[in-house]
Parts: sequence; structure tokens; C-alpha cells
Amino acid sequence: MQNEEICLMKGNEAIAHAAVRYGVDGYFGYPITPQSEILETLEALMPWQTTGMVVLQAESEVAAINMVYGGASTGKAVMTSSSSPGVSLKQEGISYIAAGELPALIINCMRGGPGLGTIQPSQADYFQAVKGGGHGDYRLIVLAPASVQEMADFVGLGFDLAFKYRNPVMMLADGVVGQMMEKVVLPPARPRRTDAEIAEQCPWAVTGRRKGEAPHVMTTLELDPQKMELNNLRLQQTYRRIAENEVRFEEFMTDDAEWLVVAFGCVARICQKAIEEARANGVKVGLLRPITLWPFPEKEIARLSRQVKGILVVELNAGQMIEDVRLSLDERVPVRHFGRTGGIVMDPDEVSVALTSLINEINL
Amino acid sequence: MATIKGAVDIDVERCKGCDLCVIACPCDVLQLQPKEVNDRGYHYVNDLNPDACIGCAACATVCPDGCITVYRLVEK
Amino acid sequence: MTPEQLAKIKAEGTVVAAKPRLLNDNTMHYCPGCSHGVVHKLVAEVIDEMDAENIAIGIAPVGCAVMAYNYIDVDWIEAAHGRAPAVATAVKRLNPSRLVFTYQGDGDLAAIGTAETLHAANRGENIAIIFINNGIYGMTGGQMAPTTLEGMVTATTPYGRDVELNGYPLNITPLLAQLPGTAYVTRQSVDTAAAVRKAKKAIRKAFENSLKGLGTSVVEVVSTCSSGWKLSPAKSNEWMRENMLTLYPLGDLKDAAKDLPKNK
Repeated sequence: MQNEEICLMKGNEAIAHAAVRYGVDGYFGYPITPQSEILETLEALMPWQTTGMVVLQAESEVAAINMVYGGASTGKAVMTSSSSPGVSLKQEGISYIAAGELPALIINCMRGGPGLGTIQPSQADYFQAVKGGGHGDYRLIVLAPASVQEMADFVGLGFDLAFKYRNPVMMLADGVVGQMMEKVVLPPARPRRTDAEIAEQCPWAVTGRRKGEAPHVMTTLELDPQKMELNNLRLQQTYRRIAENEVRFEEFMTDDAEWLVVAFGCVARICQKAIEEARANGVKVGLLRPITLWPFPEKEIARLSRQVKGILVVELNAGQMIEDVRLSLDERVPVRHFGRTGGIVMDPDEVSVALTSLINEINL
Repeated sequence: MATIKGAVDIDVERCKGCDLCVIACPCDVLQLQPKEVNDRGYHYVNDLNPDACIGCAACATVCPDGCITVYRLVEK
Repeated sequence: MTPEQLAKIKAEGTVVAAKPRLLNDNTMHYCPGCSHGVVHKLVAEVIDEMDAENIAIGIAPVGCAVMAYNYIDVDWIEAAHGRAPAVATAVKRLNPSRLVFTYQGDGDLAAIGTAETLHAANRGENIAIIFINNGIYGMTGGQMAPTTLEGMVTATTPYGRDVELNGYPLNITPLLAQLPGTAYVTRQSVDTAAAVRKAKKAIRKAFENSLKGLGTSVVEVVSTCSSGWKLSPAKSNEWMRENMLTLYPLGDLKDAAKDLPKNK
């Protein structure tokens, strides 16, 4: 395997290549459009013959996420991927993984819902990803890739964060970045960790009772409410550390912006085009693209709310991230939403119209 | 002729008085305490007839709680 | 017998049975006479006798045995309800040198986890599955299980299991024996000392198969649930023998190592 290979491929394929190169130990998945290329590419790459990575097509999304729970319990770097209805099925397992303080990477290549919905792109699982999704008080670190390059890069970043904080990471992608082809620089290949390295790096791992040690038990059951509250407090402490250290975002032309667009994933790129056009017409618009949807770039939104006259949140849903934008404001500036649903992706002109309407509303 | 003598030790605090060892014993060695209870409130088992024990370990084998230790001594 | 004579037997005799070393001092939460305790003991003994305490990884279910990890001193993972075979699949595939076993009840294995059980067995995962079948949901208070017998009274079949309403008892072990992925499928009980000894041999074989990589092994243990059945432990054993063993007869259903044609 060459290092730093430049390729043209789909976002889903890039995830598969990046996973093998990062030294992921196991992938467990179940086919669902529009992310099946991840499993297909991994099966074609046959990494079990090169790096020793396990790839398994499970009998269901439910089985796949519980395989991830099992694999992660043994200290291995394990991942799964699915799309919206399948990710709904995984929620119970994700709650267990979060409760077990286990590192894992879960990819949701979102499609339009609710229900079986459509196979076309969507961002309607924002609430599910950042507000919990499964039962109990837990958080996922949520990364929102906007390009094929980020699909590849966030595999490594996701695992680094997952192991650093012992917390599951979700890559909240969508059908656009999953299916589109772009140039991508694949990350350098590196070997998988040895069992000895895992034993050293993951002293908590369940790998068979270590000589002279008490048994390791991975359980999320704690019937004593006092102890269960302590478990919760420990989780909350982790979440505070993550919120303090891991907020990631990208800004575009915000320095002198009078108007702000907030968008994530592929929509940010559509908005960028609309902003370029607005700038050409002399309208000072900037873009904030949250890269981590949780932790959310609250401070940056707060700062920009003191600078701009109005904010437009653009999403492929009926208005989800807009709630976090509103919660982050420092100044009570008007915040409006523009979204398309059901698998329809807006074009830059629609964003321009929504932007003009916001500007007119405030200026007139 | 060699004789086989057995003996049992019972962890009475672990015992839940399920009676399964009493039934399993082929020599009627064991019996539940008719009145006395352990700290958990169970009528625990006792070896009321220790002379009859042959150390066959049937009691310990069926005991769900691992309360019984069985000894066997072959006397020549 | 004098106390001196007793002391002599204990001092000079050999210990022929005792609490297994790997079964710790925690008092098990199971009801008096529960088959779980016997099977826990066997699992602990077999792991010890195989010298596998440092390579064994147990997968605990949801159900009465949810806290099996509190009693047997090896590494454990507590799975979500029904998902133990999926958890075990990943654990074994990612750690092929380990002895991986699940410990599941009838609700966990044959109701909510049917898909995971069938598919793990069908893939021939090199895991051992211990399946406690007492025909009832013990932990939640005695409701109908997939293996509840026809006519059997439970909290959710107060007039007896009516197959028109509730379907038939699911005899899943023969189903698993049909799958090419299973190496060893057997049905045992732990109601007598002789039965316990046989069950122990079965568990040993299943665990050895996991290490040898022969495929999936399934040890069903037809068990009792005194609290759920509302019978004394002794009466429960009698009831089990009289009623359960007709639909769930004891014995090996499949032993691939033995069934293989010779000279091949």
C-alpha cells in the first residue's frame, strides 16, 4: 500500500480505504443505500489478508452495532456504518457503547426520512446524532464531513477522539458526500496495534483475565442508584472535557460579515457558492461551518451574533441545527431557517433567495 | 477390608435451604434445620447423620450455591 | 461419629467436591434451587480444569443471568438483550485465541435474540453457547417464554399457553443442529448428580470446540424455575422430568467431530 495516495473516488469508498490504512481492527455492517459502498469496498479490498482487519456483513444493523460493542470491549478499533433507518436500529447499541465508555466509530450516511423515506440525501438525523438518539444521558462526538477528503480524514480523527476520550464518535455524513466522487489524498498506511499495545493502551479492555488482576467486566448495569449517579457524573465530566477541547469549525468570509450563514456538511459548500455570489453583489455575508456538531461551536456563534445583523441556518431538514444556533446566541439577532426535505438538495440560487429574504426582512 | 468414610462441611451462610442436596443424598445424611435459620432467613442444611456419609459428593454436585465441601477417607 | 473422627476425615481424607475456585464468595442472587447456580458452578469448574482462566471471555445475557459476571471470576461482557451471539462473534473474530462463550436464557436466545443466535450458529462462529431453558421468564416475574409448554400457566398466559393465541413452544435447539455451522449441539439437565456430571462433560466439549475452531457449540440445559413455576425446587425437578423432557428430550443432537465419516 502506497502512502499518501491521490485518488478519485466516492466518499463511501474513501472511508473504506481510510479505515484499512488507519489500522482499524474490525468493521461490522449491513447494506443500506446510500452507504453500501463502504462494506462493498472493504470486502473487495480483503484487508484480512493484509492488515488482518476483520470485515463482516452482519445479519442486521442491530447485530452489527452489538458486534461493535463486543469488539470495542476488547480494546480493538472497530466501526460500523449505516444510513438513517439503520442508524435508528443501532440506537440501543450506541447507548450501551456510550454507557460502557467504549471507543468506536459509527457512520451515518443520512438519507431522507422519516420512516423508510427515500434513498436521497438528507440531514434530518441531526437531532438523533447530537441530542442522544438512544436512551439515557449520553453524548456522541459528532463529526460532519463536507468533502470526500474529510470522509477519509475523519476516520482517523474519529478513532483518535474515540480512544482519547473513551467515547463513541459518529461521523454524520449524508448521501451527497457519500456518493459524490472527488479527488482525495488517502492517509498514510500504518499497521494495526498489536495485542500487547492494546493491553498497554487500554488497561480496561476485556481480553481474558490478566494474571494477578481482578476480572475485567464490561457492563452498563448498575442497580445501585448512588453508583449509577456517579457513573453519570463521570460521563458528564468527560463531556465537559470534550466540549472544552474538541470544538471544530470552519469560517469563510466572516471577518467583516454583516450577515451569517450557518450550515454543515455538503450544504455548507452549496452556501459557499451563494455567499460568493452575494459578495460579488456587495453583500457582506460569511459562513460558519460547524465540523463538530457536538460539541457545537457555541462560542463562535455567540461571538458572531454580536457582529452580524441576522443569521440564516441552511439545512437538509425542517429545522434542527437552528435550535442549537439559537441557544448559542449572545445577542438576540434574528435567526431564520431555510431547508429542503425528503431527499431534495437545494441549489445555491435557493439559498440566495432565502438570504435576500432575511436581509429584506431586517433592512426594510 | 477398606472402608470409605465421608464427611461434609457446609457453608451455612451461603445455603438457601433448597433441599436439593437432601434429596440427592443416597444415605440420608443431610436434613434442613427445622427451626434455625441463617442470616438470610433460610433453614440451612445440616449433616444430622454424619456416620452414614460415604463421601459420594452427590450433595455438592447438585448444590446450586456451592455450599458443600465433601471429604473422603479410605481406611485400610 | 465423634468430632475427633470427623476432624480426622477432613484432615486426612481428600476433598472430592467443593465450591469451584473460580466461583467467588458473592452469594448468588438466584432463588433457592435455581439451575443457574449449578450451571455457573460447572462453567467455573470447566474453565479451571481447562486452565483457561486467562483466555476465557464470557458474554452475559439480559435475564436472570445478567449478573453472571458477579460470580465467575473471569473476564465478562454484559450484552444487550438477545445480542450475546453478535457480541461473541466480534470478540472471537478479533481475538481468535480466546475461549468465548455466551450464557443465555430462553427469552434472550430464542425470542429477542433469535436472529443473532441463528446467524452466529449459521456462520459457524467458534463460540460456545450455554442455553438455559426453563420455559419461563424468570427475571421479569414469570411471563411466557418462547419455550413455554402448551397449556403451561405463566403470568401472561394465566389460563395456560393457548397455541391459537400464543403460538407453539419454540424448539430451537434441533433447528440449530440442522445448521452446517454448528459443531456440537446437545441437550442436558442438572436435576440429578449424574445429570450434572454429564452436563459438565458437554460444557467442556463445547468450550474445547471454541478453542479448536470447530464451529458453534450449543449446550441447552433444560432447567427449572421454582419461583416462576410456583413449585418447590424438589417438585420443580419432578415437574421438569414429567413435562419438559417430552418436548425437550435429553441427549446429543449433533456432534460433528463424532459424526464425521471415518478415514476422511
